[in-house]
Amino acid sequence: MPLDVYLNVAVGGLLTGLVYGLMALGLSVIFGVVRVVNFAHGEMMTIAMYLAITLFSVLGLDPLVMLVPIAAVLFVFGYALQAKLINSFITRPEHSQFLLLVAIAIILVNGLLIIYGPDARNVQTSYSFDSFEIGRLIIDANKLYAAFAALVVTALLFAFFRFTATGTAIRACADNHTGALVVGLDVKKLYALTFALGSACVGAAGVMLLMIFDVTPALGPAYTLLAFVIVITGGLGSMPGALLGGVLIGMTEALAGLLFQPSMKSMFTFAILVLVLLIRPQGIMGRRA
Amino acid sequence: MSRKISDTRVSRRTVTAGIGAAALAGVAPFNIGRAQGAPLKVGVLLPRSGTQAGIGQDCQRGVDITVGILKQMKMPDLQIMNADTETNVDVARARAEKLIADGAQLLVGAFDSGQSTAIAQVAEQKGIPYVINIAAAPPITEQGYKFVFRNFPTGPMILRDAFLNQKEIFALVNDQPKTAVMLHVNDTYGMSILGGTKAMFPRFEMPYKIVEEIAYDPAARDLSVEVAKAKATNAEVLIAVSRLNDAILVTREMIKQRWTPKSVLSIGPGWYEDQYLKTLGKNADGPISFVPWYDPNKKATKLLEDALAKAHAGIGLNTNHVYTFEALLVAADAYKRAGSADPKALADAIRATKITDNVSPGPGIQFDAKGQNDQLKCSAIQNRGGKLVTLAPKASANAKPDWPLKRA
Repeated sequence: MPLDVYLNVAVGGLLTGLVYGLMALGLSVIFGVVRVVNFAHGEMMTIAMYLAITLFSVLGLDPLVMLVPIAAVLFVFGYALQAKLINSFITRPEHSQFLLLVAIAIILVNGLLIIYGPDARNVQTSYSFDSFEIGRLIIDANKLYAAFAALVVTALLFAFFRFTATGTAIRACADNHTGALVVGLDVKKLYALTFALGSACVGAAGVMLLMIFDVTPALGPAYTLLAFVIVITGGLGSMPGALLGGVLIGMTEALAGLLFQPSMKSMFTFAILVLVLLIRPQGIMGRRA
Repeated sequence: MSRKISDTRVSRRTVTAGIGAAALAGVAPFNIGRAQGAPLKVGVLLPRSGTQAGIGQDCQRGVDITVGILKQMKMPDLQIMNADTETNVDVARARAEKLIADGAQLLVGAFDSGQSTAIAQVAEQKGIPYVINIAAAPPITEQGYKFVFRNFPTGPMILRDAFLNQKEIFALVNDQPKTAVMLHVNDTYGMSILGGTKAMFPRFEMPYKIVEEIAYDPAARDLSVEVAKAKATNAEVLIAVSRLNDAILVTREMIKQRWTPKSVLSIGPGWYEDQYLKTLGKNADGPISFVPWYDPNKKATKLLEDALAKAHAGIGLNTNHVYTFEALLVAADAYKRAGSADPKALADAIRATKITDNVSPGPGIQFDAKGQNDQLKCSAIQNRGGKLVTLAPKASANAKPDWPLKRA
């Protein structure tokens, strides 16, 4: 097989992996601070995708234009969900948290089924079929835009946590919960804010993935699982780890499909997960407990 | 002597028996008359919910338009009793039993081979005729059933016609592609077509060689790698075995990766469906599908097209409507000839079916000793400007092939 085929597939995997990374980043941020695993993560992403479809079909708005407004809607949704519902489960056993979030996920999937039906949907923009040709390299325009947007959103999130007072306070909560309470931080509010930020991340990722994939209500659970695989591979709670995990899984899927059989892509994804759990249980960039 | 007189005497008992017999004899002809005049109760089993809901609802459109057409064809009335199989074999079996318990005199359905197999077992056990609308698994009509009939091609018939129609098209365009790559979904359907292709391919002496078979997961959301791999083979044609969503994904990727083979030859659903045409617009033009279809040149086709356009504007006539209509046509025709709703008489009448004024390609509807219409032909159809034209077989064609594939 010519070398350019490998190069094309690897670049495609890298670009998709960056968007996967942003999606998993939301899950990682929430777990790193709130210590709750969001089992409704993929379902929240599908909400963002359907919002984008609705706005596109009703108002004709381009997904890239809708990125910030939809992320904002998911921010509000995530904030309300954490403050009004999940917060009361923070101190409860993990199985209670698990059941609560699985219940939320099921409600979201069925709500979407009732509203939108089971058929796959997508948006057709003027650039849906575009690609850039650089020598023998052909790059999917949608994947390129989505990956670029994912990098920008990730950079903004890093900057928020590193350079703002609120970001520093959230990191303090994550590092030492009791200490944060002692110094007078409003931990409940910061938890809600973190959950909102994680939700906004997955909302933005959803809008970008809609430019690459079709959406069905049943898509949510598969992406919740994918986000888990990515954050566990990269390191649960590690932001750079989530991004690295996304790229690793995206490229593994692409190259495994090319080198072996495409129907074996998922097998290799899970093989990487097993390998990481065996060699470095805390994940590639995770901290040992 | 006295005994003789006594024997011939008309007793009260004899008079009662005589009146009873006379009453029965007098009423009987009216009973037969009522059987002929009353509508035949037909239980229609379709997957109206579950994963096949869209297809089941599409078949239902065929049911909806049939009643009016049968009237125009001067066929007896049918009383439709609807049932939902919920895309589930066990539910299909239970619904078939309930329909029979509720008085259904004949069953029709159920789009899917698994569900149809379950219904066939119930129908045979209860002795109620069952006409399959759509189901391609060969074993259904290989069981020696006496009450099960199928007016739909089996898997091997679909593949046989696909190869024959391909050869006809290659001859028409005067081009013999030398290489092909097969891109197929790895579900039951995709794997059975792959297996059938491997088994039957050598017999048809096709001009091309299949250089690679690429399997993919039906739940795949990104087929860029699959298409890149297919493109790398440099095959002249792409043979696709897919469903609707993956057909759309493959087309998108082919355009993005700037791969335009001579043609896309699809064996199965996806590439000609309304949703495919609507979603992709002008990018949907070109692929050729080898499917059980309809003969656009037959008189009854026009009736069906007009009725569908009137009832469901914007929806093109397709396999689901055609074969559901024909299953009901078989039921009405048999009822007319049997003159009775007696299951045995109906089954005998169906076995003797000879309908030439039909819609599907081939000489008409008739059944062999196994209850299979073995004279059915499949078609080669091509997407053209949001419509579908028939390229082969020659007897059913209404257009010449647009070859090779062109992309904007």
